[in-house]
Amino acid sequence: MRTTRNDRILLAHGGGGQLMDDLIRHHILPSLKNDALAGLGDSARLNLASSSVCFTTDSYVVKPLFFNGGDIGKLAVCGTVNDLAVAGSKPVALALSLIIEDGFEFEFLDKILTSIGQAARRSNVEVVTGDTKTVEAGAADKIFINTAGIGQTLAGVDLGFEKIAVGDKIVINGTIGDHGMTIISQRADIKFESQLKSDCAALAGLTCELLENTTGIKFMRDPTRGGLAATLNEISRSTGLSIEVRETDIPIKPVVQAAADMLGFDVLTIANEGKFVAIVSPESADECLNISRNHPLGADAQIIGEVVETHDVPLVELETRIGGKRIVQMPYGRELPRIC
Amino acid sequence: MLDRINKAQKLINSACEALGRRIDIMEVCGTHTVSIFRNGIRSILPESLKLLSGPGCPVCVTDQGYIDTVLNLADRNDCIIATYGDMIRVPGKDHSLETKQAKANVKVVLSSEDALQLAKDNPEHTVVFVAVGFETTAPATAVVVREAAAESIDNFCVLSGHKLVVPAMRALLSGKNDNIDAFLCPGHVSVIIGYGAFAEIVEDFNRPCVVAGFEAVQIVDGLAEICRQLSTGKAELTSVYSAVVSEKGNIAAQQIVDECFEPVDGYWRGLGKIERSTLRLNDKYGQFDAFKRFDISETPSEERKDCRCGEVLCGLIDPPVCGLFGQTCTPQEPVGPCMVSSEGACAAWFKYGREKIHKR
Ligand code: SF4
Repeated sequence: MRTTRNDRILLAHGGGGQLMDDLIRHHILPSLKNDALAGLGDSARLNLASSSVCFTTDSYVVKPLFFNGGDIGKLAVCGTVNDLAVAGSKPVALALSLIIEDGFEFEFLDKILTSIGQAARRSNVEVVTGDTKTVEAGAADKIFINTAGIGQTLAGVDLGFEKIAVGDKIVINGTIGDHGMTIISQRADIKFESQLKSDCAALAGLTCELLENTTGIKFMRDPTRGGLAATLNEISRSTGLSIEVRETDIPIKPVVQAAADMLGFDVLTIANEGKFVAIVSPESADECLNISRNHPLGADAQIIGEVVETHDVPLVELETRIGGKRIVQMPYGRELPRIC
Repeated sequence: MLDRINKAQKLINSACEALGRRIDIMEVCGTHTVSIFRNGIRSILPESLKLLSGPGCPVCVTDQGYIDTVLNLADRNDCIIATYGDMIRVPGKDHSLETKQAKANVKVVLSSEDALQLAKDNPEHTVVFVAVGFETTAPATAVVVREAAAESIDNFCVLSGHKLVVPAMRALLSGKNDNIDAFLCPGHVSVIIGYGAFAEIVEDFNRPCVVAGFEAVQIVDGLAEICRQLSTGKAELTSVYSAVVSEKGNIAAQQIVDECFEPVDGYWRGLGKIERSTLRLNDKYGQFDAFKRFDISETPSEERKDCRCGEVLCGLIDPPVCGLFGQTCTPQEPVGPCMVSSEGACAAWFKYGREKIHKR
């Protein structure tokens, strides 16, 4: 079926007139239904119990817009929710901005909005305010999304680099590289592409459960762009401590490994969208692992290594499968454009 | 797997101890270099065994003159340069292809087929395929040259910088670095040329040549076999990759290369001019030879004095010995090709090496 201009976004949909009103009332509001948004005020009012809030923002430009395991809408919600979650907060509200290219099909826009709504409901956050702009064909690539989010800091939780000490364990909630390899493979059009699936998921349920039931978590981060390698290096640089991880303990799906080998990537540097790295005291590591493994998003959780003394310069070192050692560098070069 | 590693490790240790001297083993393939670093193989070897990364990375061994030729062609408005990704960041005299990419006549291709397709899609331009690589990639270039001939795609041509491994090994032992005790030979090149091709190195220079695959275990097995030979004092040609490699190799691939190319004297970075070491399109396919089409004579041009890639490629120094390593020369801003290519020795040392452990 050929699409007509009526099935597509027009520049005028961003113009503030009747078309814009239609777009908001007939496409956006139904997907995101909630009281705060329904008022269509210029800003949302939030009543927060805690005086400590976390606040974050991120823009999403992933290409392709739809991929196995998610789409740009789900990613835009999960990504921002995860940034709030690993900061030790319970996400409450999101702001959503859409920048849409003239000619973008409503069919796809509706799909994206539906998945934004679903992802938000699943992670118990509401989209309370938003904005839509349209730009001329060629001025954007189909659709770009920005989300900002607010979370309430969990009582008694105070995470930070400065709490990390020698002997702390490094916990990850599952396999690495799934999101990045899915996107890269879809673009590179490789054979077993269909077996790859992004791990895109909102982690707040699991992180809140962990933080509310254990005391030993000192720091958390979601290893998105740059993958596990970037996150571990950041921790090492910020603390001045070194890190040792074991290759055999790092969970990687065989199909992800195969795709990475084929295309010449190191899985450690590949992006994740549903993973956290937690630095936990040795006493509470097993408890964290158990809680994680009983949660659907942590079934493959593992303790992958430890924080160790620095001898010379802070380093992240990997004990390889054959018992050798090598450095894990901050990823460089080979930039992967538009993975999230 | 660990059992096999342990066994090989014991063999290596006792052989090195018995020999009681430093042993230099050179791998002549960038894929081996990367695997050795990625698996931390150096860290499980005895101090006295030194692994040298030889002239095995196609981008690294490509002579400066060739790179400048490509850059000059990129300046022409009637040409499109089709190149593999690694090549594009190699610094030339005053810039790299990357800086010319904005002009949109430099295109990164994933295969020789893509380059030919580019020619079909752009009939008003001449597409110059920057064909570098060893025996493993030459057959793919030959295939598209034949295809271009069969379909009369006249706006396609090849600037062949394809190199041959064995002449480079001979050149090393004939003067550049005769301290090399043995070679770890690349599995995939051997699949094409057959492991028999290395026999002349064993016979003429009495150096063990052992063909190995790219997995950690295969490499360690290969090193153990080399150590065994060195300790018995008898150099042999062996393959520990025998399931895939035959003595004669892939005859069909060799035939198509022979049909299209002839070996000529060529320039290598660090090694200089080596006899019959470079593949050039033969007369039958001369019309697709970019050197002929644009009347280019291959002349060596000066390498940067401060970049020591030449010595690195000959196994004379480890990358950290170069004063620029990790200082002004990093993968983000590479000064020489050995830091540009993901298979280059400098990039591998930078990415995986703990300089202080390995620097001797
Ligand atoms: S470190 Fe850089 S400048 Fe030095 S030899 Fe390697 S590539 Fe050349």
